[in-house]
Amino acid sequence: MSDLALSPARVALVGNPNSGKTALFNALTGARQKVANYAGVTVERKEGVVTTASGRTLNILDLPGTYSLRARSPDEVVTRDAVLGQLTGEAAPDIVVCVADATNLRLVLRLALELKAVGRPMVLALNMYDIAQRQGLKIDLEGLSREIGAPIVTTVATRRRGIDDLVAQVEAVVASGALGTTNSWQEPDAAAIRKAHAEAQRLVRTYVRPPEHPDTWTGKIDSVLLHPVGGMVVLLALLFVMFQAVFTWATPLMDGIEAVFVALGTWVGAGVSNSLLRSLISDGLIAGVGGVLVFLPQILILFLFILALEDLGYMARAAFLMDKIMGGAGLHGRAFIPLLSSFACAIPGIMATRVIDSRQDRLTTILVAPLMTCSARIPVYTLIISAFIPRTTVWGLFSLQGLVMFGLYASGIVSALLVSLVIRKIFWRSAVEPFLMELPTYKLPDPSNLARNLALRGMIFIKRAGKIILPLMILIWALSTFPYAPVGATRPAIEYSFAGMIGHFIQPLLAPIGFNWQMAIALVPGMAAREVAVAALGTVYAVGDADNVGTLARTLADHWSLATGLSFLAWYVFAPQCAPTLGVVKRETNSWKWPAIMFTYMTALAYLAAFTVYHVALALGGG
Amino acid sequence: MSQSPAASIDPAGLTVRLSDARLGARGTIVDVRAESGAQSVGVVELQRRLLEFGFVEGARIELIHEGAIGHDPIAVKLDDMRIALRRADAADILIALDPA
Ligand SMILES: Nc1nc2c(ncn2[C@@H]2O[C@H](COP(=O)(O)OP(=O)(O)O)[C@@H](O)[C@H]2O)c(=O)[nH]1
Repeated sequence: MSDLALSPARVALVGNPNSGKTALFNALTGARQKVANYAGVTVERKEGVVTTASGRTLNILDLPGTYSLRARSPDEVVTRDAVLGQLTGEAAPDIVVCVADATNLRLVLRLALELKAVGRPMVLALNMYDIAQRQGLKIDLEGLSREIGAPIVTTVATRRRGIDDLVAQVEAVVASGALGTTNSWQEPDAAAIRKAHAEAQRLVRTYVRPPEHPDTWTGKIDSVLLHPVGGMVVLLALLFVMFQAVFTWATPLMDGIEAVFVALGTWVGAGVSNSLLRSLISDGLIAGVGGVLVFLPQILILFLFILALEDLGYMARAAFLMDKIMGGAGLHGRAFIPLLSSFACAIPGIMATRVIDSRQDRLTTILVAPLMTCSARIPVYTLIISAFIPRTTVWGLFSLQGLVMFGLYASGIVSALLVSLVIRKIFWRSAVEPFLMELPTYKLPDPSNLARNLALRGMIFIKRAGKIILPLMILIWALSTFPYAPVGATRPAIEYSFAGMIGHFIQPLLAPIGFNWQMAIALVPGMAAREVAVAALGTVYAVGDADNVGTLARTLADHWSLATGLSFLAWYVFAPQCAPTLGVVKRETNSWKWPAIMFTYMTALAYLAAFTVYHVALALGGG
Repeated sequence: MSQSPAASIDPAGLTVRLSDARLGARGTIVDVRAESGAQSVGVVELQRRLLEFGFVEGARIELIHEGAIGHDPIAVKLDDMRIALRRADAADILIALDPA
């Protein structure tokens, strides 16, 4: 073989959503994959490497799932441009692998015909072949292959069956030096789509014999899960379990991570003699990274549920059930998942908005995601509630503290719905994206595939924490550290720092909502993550042991009026100050415009809410 | 629900818009038009999306589920796929109902 024949080849995976493309990509590349973003757009770029038997390197690019090359979402634009070789910074693929669900061929055959028109060499992978066989579906592989003019390989991605065969076929096509034909693809109009469909239909009629035992489970399960009442009950029950899991299973792990970072900070601190460097490393870097990584367990548990439900085929059903309610607020049914994730942390939620096709729907969802009560608000809520809300029982049944907590969650949800309604009605009038979604057949999730996808999500989160969050943490540390307290200063050092100056400077602005300057100062380090405000309050009130919520709560109860406490709670329902979220929004939208808009509107709402609560409380005698 | 709009298409009531069809309605798609949707994407684009999902003339269709509020959205069995959509987006799909 010549050197040329063994040069690496670029392979693009293209297929309908739910065809098992991700599973196939995982089976092909194993751990040899990396995730980045395409230059200039926010679509995830997944690439992996396979080495063929003859030693050739195949660079496999997993393109976003699509029904057609006529792109409708940013993801689909990437798929189209990548296949056409028009993506900036991306060479055209040498060969396209079209991934098909063997039990659902009609739509993918139309896509395959489109891909054929592009003129690149192609291999058709008939995935889920195990299910096809179980159902007794018979496909004339030779005939079909002859007609579409591409080799066909049958695969079972989850069992790794047919993978070597697929690699060998791709290698054979590449080695044969097939260059493909010229590109005759054009954006199809209605007539062309009808024609392609008729052709796909003909292929199915000719080469596929319908299953002897078609899947009946999906229909049966749907009669419960999509039942107007029963379906809602199941969905709510699922959400309940999910939240229990996110908040109870994660606690020991979070405590563990926290302890590790505290120990690490102390250990490193002891080894560094320069006090400034020590403070930067242990208070800035280690505490900062730790403050974000403690959310990793919650995020992983949340994503475990989301990925498992997605693989099962349930997520499309959840979107169906929620579409009317979400639609009433001007949101797309698919916004349900990202908003749900935002209860753990807005960052994974905002990352998950990629499933929403339309840019406007996606932006609306991103803008309201931080209104969902993220877990970083919980320490703040807990502190203020324990300081100001008596431990009494109302109606002999509910704890008043619990009710207030519930009320805070509910206010977050209601305001998210209201804000999206306002965005929709005022800014993007009439822009209603059609809701058109396949309800895939149910499948038992495959554990190893699930584990790999989960690990990937975790890695992405950790990388973000490193790239965006770390620099912000250092900035905030610097603001709270410099300049130093003068010699002989009696008050806490933070008061003399930039954070202290900012706090004193903005305090007059916050006076109408009942905030004192200590609170104003605490808001500055609270930019790092909302819960840091608790530690910062501990610092400004010089409560030595800020982890002891009881002590701090008593101090606050002594220094603040009830109106001030409630005002602080109301502020935190909106709490614009979360630098990592703003950083992620910048990354996802590729512009500072959206984080700026988000910060502005959330600050305005926080102010308005706190102002209202403060003055109502004062009027009712809560001064 | 299916009476008045259907009347303008087919006085006998055997052809209905998918947007007006009832739960359990079953038939064959006879036409996919580009006329009544007021969506942001425009009628032409909506028609193409519907066609791409397999809403083509001759396809078998059955309305299998509907949402709790206003019977919306709906889920249909289209040949052997299941697809969810809103009634508002389904107005241009005309179905010849199977004779009862
Ligand atoms: N039985 C079976 N299940 C599969 C196969 N390939 C994928 N799956 C499952 O199908 C579901 C969807 O797969 P996924 O890779 O997420 O599809 P994608 O949307 O195309 O990326 C998951 O539950 C997979 O575990 C296969 O060959 N056989």
